[in-house]
Amino acid sequence: MSVDILMPALSPTMEEGTLSKWLKKEGDTVKSGDIIAEIETDKATMEVEAVDEGILSRIVVPEGTEGVKVNAIIAVLASDGEGVSKSEPKADAPPAKAMNAAPEQPRAKVMADTSVPEGTTFTETTVRDALRDAMAEEMRRDERVFVMGEEVAQYQGAYKVTRELLQEFGERRVIDTPITEHGFAGLGVGAAFAGLRPVVEFMTFNFAMQAIDHIINSAAKTLYMSGGQMGCPIVFRGPNGAASRVGAQHSHDYSSWYAQIPGLKVIAPYSAADAKGLLKAAIRDPNPVVFLEHELLYGQSFPVPDGDFVLPIGKAAVKREGTDVTLVAHSRMVGFALQAAERLAAEGISAEVIDLRTLRPLDTDTVVESVKKTSRLVCCEEGWRFFGVGAEIAATVVTEAFDYLDAPPIRVHQKDVPLPYAANLEALSLPNADDIVAAAKKVCEGMI
Amino acid sequence: MATRPKSAKKAPAKASKADMLKFYRDMLLIRRFEEKAGQLYGMGKIAGFCHLYIGQEAVVTGMQACLKDGDQVITGYRDHGHMLACGLDPNGVMAELTGRIGGLSRGKGGSMHMFSKDKNFYGGHGIVGAQVPLGTGLAFANKYRGNDNVSLAYFGDGAANQGQVYEAFNMASLWKLPVIYVIENNMYAMGTSVERASAEVELFKRGISFEIEGEEVDGMDVLAVREAGEKAVKHARAGKGPYILEMKTYRYRGHSMSDPAKYRKREEVDDIRTHHDPIEGLKGQIIEQGHATEDDLKKIDNEIKAIVKEAADFSLESPEPDASELWTDVLIEEGAR
Repeated sequence: MSVDILMPALSPTMEEGTLSKWLKKEGDTVKSGDIIAEIETDKATMEVEAVDEGILSRIVVPEGTEGVKVNAIIAVLASDGEGVSKSEPKADAPPAKAMNAAPEQPRAKVMADTSVPEGTTFTETTVRDALRDAMAEEMRRDERVFVMGEEVAQYQGAYKVTRELLQEFGERRVIDTPITEHGFAGLGVGAAFAGLRPVVEFMTFNFAMQAIDHIINSAAKTLYMSGGQMGCPIVFRGPNGAASRVGAQHSHDYSSWYAQIPGLKVIAPYSAADAKGLLKAAIRDPNPVVFLEHELLYGQSFPVPDGDFVLPIGKAAVKREGTDVTLVAHSRMVGFALQAAERLAAEGISAEVIDLRTLRPLDTDTVVESVKKTSRLVCCEEGWRFFGVGAEIAATVVTEAFDYLDAPPIRVHQKDVPLPYAANLEALSLPNADDIVAAAKKVCEGMI
Repeated sequence: MATRPKSAKKAPAKASKADMLKFYRDMLLIRRFEEKAGQLYGMGKIAGFCHLYIGQEAVVTGMQACLKDGDQVITGYRDHGHMLACGLDPNGVMAELTGRIGGLSRGKGGSMHMFSKDKNFYGGHGIVGAQVPLGTGLAFANKYRGNDNVSLAYFGDGAANQGQVYEAFNMASLWKLPVIYVIENNMYAMGTSVERASAEVELFKRGISFEIEGEEVDGMDVLAVREAGEKAVKHARAGKGPYILEMKTYRYRGHSMSDPAKYRKREEVDDIRTHHDPIEGLKGQIIEQGHATEDDLKKIDNEIKAIVKEAADFSLESPEPDASELWTDVLIEEGAR
């Protein structure tokens, strides 16, 4: 019985190479692992090790031959036949049917109705307490849920979002970590792989840049890479974006960074009710969720439905109906958009305000439907314009509702500089209601 | 040249006939599987990155013998040996290498990304050092649940220089998490030797400032590995916190398939293969102690070759994933498989 020795591929890109030297000659006995030849590739000279055992009966390609194609027969090995694994496969499955294009991406499912049933009672609650209540309720409901992060326990939270959780749930489930974002984010992901439901607080998302490898490479991608086996039910939460006069390193809006990643869900609520309903949904979700809060909203109060209020992830809310222009925003910018709409109304422009609430999956249907009615679009975000959330919304609307548009969409955003410290420069850099009013008037120019 | 660890001077570790034959078989399966993977790579059937474990077989084989049901294993990208040691199906592993639907990740992960919740194997991670906090998180979950399971987090001498490793060490020791850090020191992080990359080359000492005990082990001796592993596992299982085992080992092949290995001399590799090969070493002991004859072991060799041949055939006969697989497994959705 004989076995063909083939010209091996020695790198991901190699197609051919030079057989520079034979280290065995015809008649030599070859053992598995012996170096039999040297091959020169486009990158380097590599050694070829024997896989099978036997006697080198014939050298087919002499040394010094250039341009030997990968998989060409370079030598023949005679063997006693016992235990030899024939290098030629029995039958290689044919490649999957050639496709000119990938199959179309399935549309996201239609989400459940998010309206609050009649008769619901409300309590005026700050965003801070709504988030706290969401965590507390979910921790009561599910023993697997725990909270970890810097100063979340004894200090009661750097922004007091985890206030009194330690007292109720104890130090087993409310865990102060060292200042070690990369490490505790990875630890949280490992615990989620093992079936726990971690809520990992970043004191701010600026510090999560230290941990972004685990958020993306470990949490978001593993389900896919495991063929659906290894879910990661974890929530990464904390304040995102500009606070007040804290400078460039503590004021970064990461919305578009995380929203770009398949395998994550990304939530950025404005109101206390949405913060609560969506954080509860995030904790129950079997997937990794990035939950972007806003420090400047923590103290704002909104009516929050009483009871076990859970909202579906992935559904935008029309916060104000209008007919002339659609203002799309998320997080703190929703407040500015609502202020702008009020002022625009006084000037005879009827603005519809959409709160995206979730950035991934993005509810583009609600936006497109609105633009079909108003024919004008202003995208508002706190972050920079380049490759931003507004760019994605505008591109989607142009693709799906081009014929309905009466004006090019305009984006409102932070100026393209690191956020300055000086009060006047900071104010100049960040977008506000004035910018939205100006943008709305611009897209409405010539409106009858 | 590989420096042999001090532990090699200790009295040789002992094992029963059944254990020794099992270790021989398990190590041989890894060796033959990896040789076949290298061959399939050479034929263009396996693509991308493919990091072979040849030479290091004693480490996972010895450590796996210390575990009980429910204990977890996690490692980096040189992971085929760990999967086989954990009992993952060789057919599924090989078919993942060839990118077929029969692969453990349905062809969507590849060499560095395979997982099995059933077998408590948590990957297969491609980012150097990432598995260390992840494995610490597995241990955290054990402690949280109050069970007595432990996790093994394997990483190399290269990963030992990553910052996140020390973040994990700190928390593991602070919270007394049941994790064993197994440093597989094969002397080269890709092409950079330990001496060229590490201020402290005795990696088992890396836990000192976190009050984690560490020990150097002859990683080419499966019995020594098991002996050290049992001590470490007992420590972690008893609630005493993490433990570091530095396995002095060696990889015969390049870092990946496209490594011309110019950073070391052929004689160095040959010396280890000739004098310290883990499989040959155990084989000698088995025969010397009269547990089996050459012929008995040849039978095992042939059984292993048959298993590997079947895996190779399966990996080529299994079709590529259907195009519809492109969109599945991005998120867990209700009603999904």
